[in-house]
Amino acid sequence: MFLLKLILRNSLRHKLRTVLTMLAVAVAVLAFGMLRCMVDAWYAGVDAAAANRLIARNAISLNFFLPLSYKEKIRQVEGVAGVAYGNWFGGIYIDEKNFFANFAMDMKSFLGLYPEFQLAGSQKKALLTDRKGAVVGEKLAKRFGWKIGDTVTLRGTIFPGNWDFTIRAIYKGRDKNIDETQFIFHWDYLNEKLKTMNAAKGADSIGWYIIAVAKPELAAEVAQRVDKLFKNSMAETLTETEKAFQMSFVSMTETILTAVQLVSFLVIFIILAVVANTMAMTARERIREYSVFRSLGFEPLYIFMMIAGESVFITIVGGGIAIACTFPAVKGFGDYMSAYLPVFNVSLETIALDAVISLAVGLLASIIPLWYTLKIRIADGLRAIA
Amino acid sequence: MLEGLTLSVEEGEFLALMGPSGSGKSTLLNLIAAIDHAESGTIRVGGVDITSLNDRELSRWRATHVGFIFQFYNLIPVLSAQENVELPLILTNLSKKERLLHATAALRVVNLLDRARHYPSQLSGGQQQRVAIARAIVTDPTIIVADEPTGDLDRHSAKDILELMTILNAQHGKTIIMVTHDPRAAETAHIIRNFDKGVLTGCIENQHAALKT
Repeated sequence: MFLLKLILRNSLRHKLRTVLTMLAVAVAVLAFGMLRCMVDAWYAGVDAAAANRLIARNAISLNFFLPLSYKEKIRQVEGVAGVAYGNWFGGIYIDEKNFFANFAMDMKSFLGLYPEFQLAGSQKKALLTDRKGAVVGEKLAKRFGWKIGDTVTLRGTIFPGNWDFTIRAIYKGRDKNIDETQFIFHWDYLNEKLKTMNAAKGADSIGWYIIAVAKPELAAEVAQRVDKLFKNSMAETLTETEKAFQMSFVSMTETILTAVQLVSFLVIFIILAVVANTMAMTARERIREYSVFRSLGFEPLYIFMMIAGESVFITIVGGGIAIACTFPAVKGFGDYMSAYLPVFNVSLETIALDAVISLAVGLLASIIPLWYTLKIRIADGLRAIA
Repeated sequence: MLEGLTLSVEEGEFLALMGPSGSGKSTLLNLIAAIDHAESGTIRVGGVDITSLNDRELSRWRATHVGFIFQFYNLIPVLSAQENVELPLILTNLSKKERLLHATAALRVVNLLDRARHYPSQLSGGQQQRVAIARAIVTDPTIIVADEPTGDLDRHSAKDILELMTILNAQHGKTIIMVTHDPRAAETAHIIRNFDKGVLTGCIENQHAALKT
């Protein structure tokens, strides 16, 4: 109790210095937390991937299509519980800056395979019965103020022309890591319209198949069976788990991710130096006091607890401020960047990491001042002038 | 540098060490108080060879056996007078209530009970030194070492402090070893030893002081 009182009073001796150091810690931990959230956002698709779903795409590249005829063949493969398919549409809403992901999907099968996309029963019914109907994520609907029944026109980039859709359903993610910024419409609508076009380019073509496996532990075997089935065909498949599929997108930007992670740890290193400097100044000023403590019989452990306690108090308060600010900051940033980072949440892991880092910085920052304090002989310390 | 030095201090004695700056008197005081290490030789306090103790044992020994009075008081600025006096008792097994009782008693001895809740910055130099004396006696140590206890005080405050030290020695039987430049301060001691270049050069038995006690 006496020690806590001493730590608290010592911490508030130089109020301005303490407050500024706390703020510096708060800013650094907040920046670290935000960068962690950004990394988490990058992996959101990977985290949301289900273990019982496989993705089959053209073995050459995702830019090459697969024939629609594969659907029934895949369905016959042992271990397959369901098949859906879809295409990346790449449409633009009014202006390119309004980017959001939009897909043409085999709607009924798709909704069956993705129970994490939750929509009202009546909306689902309306969606399935309207060929021009589309389902959009709640965040996306909010972003553009769309309501059920609204007509939305997308300008095709891969599939030319203006495409009109009617919003028939708005989905919510079952889990926090579900992307609620997607626009999904009927693949049949795309296909039929393509067939009416002169070139009919892209009709009956599939970007990827989604394969539900009966048992997740058989996923690898089922993937092999699917790929074997189309071996030496005109369009060989590459089948992998949904997680691996999502991961392949993350891998494309791995360098950026590494840089973000490096910066986040650099921020922590800088704040460690700042706090260590503050504590070193403090220890230098109080060298005589610490020597008095030692002359009275207090052992180095007590001195360590005094210095470390003060340091940890500063960093924990700073970290606490940062954690409290992380939630509104992430919400604001997430809303602003929802087009590019659709899932931008604070995870418990990030909060725990913020707290651990605050504590660790506090402890580490006290090592040099402690060493400086204890290396001085008591008699010399008592003569020291701050 | 102290060399070939032999000094005995009897229990209950009030010894003053005098000498010019750099003569080694403070070094000797630091060695006796175990806040400095002797490279060779033996120092025995109350029958304990403190030169044979390790750092941890020395910390415990100091906590129990030594009371310090410094020239610049060396009070902890964030603690009140009473808390400063209580400080050495943190290392004991006393309860909070017992610590408070001891600190109050020590402050009563130095006649500063009415300033118990004041912080060092709210006290005069003389009052701060009296708090330091209370802190030095609160654990009932074997010896009190005082390094220029009146060196930073005006004449009036210095007189008060010296009187207080005399009372501690005479009425409470405390063994006091005091380093001082001030001949008037030295006069309060029973024995005055002179130092020069690390060597004890003289010894004066102060009959007047002895008679006073």
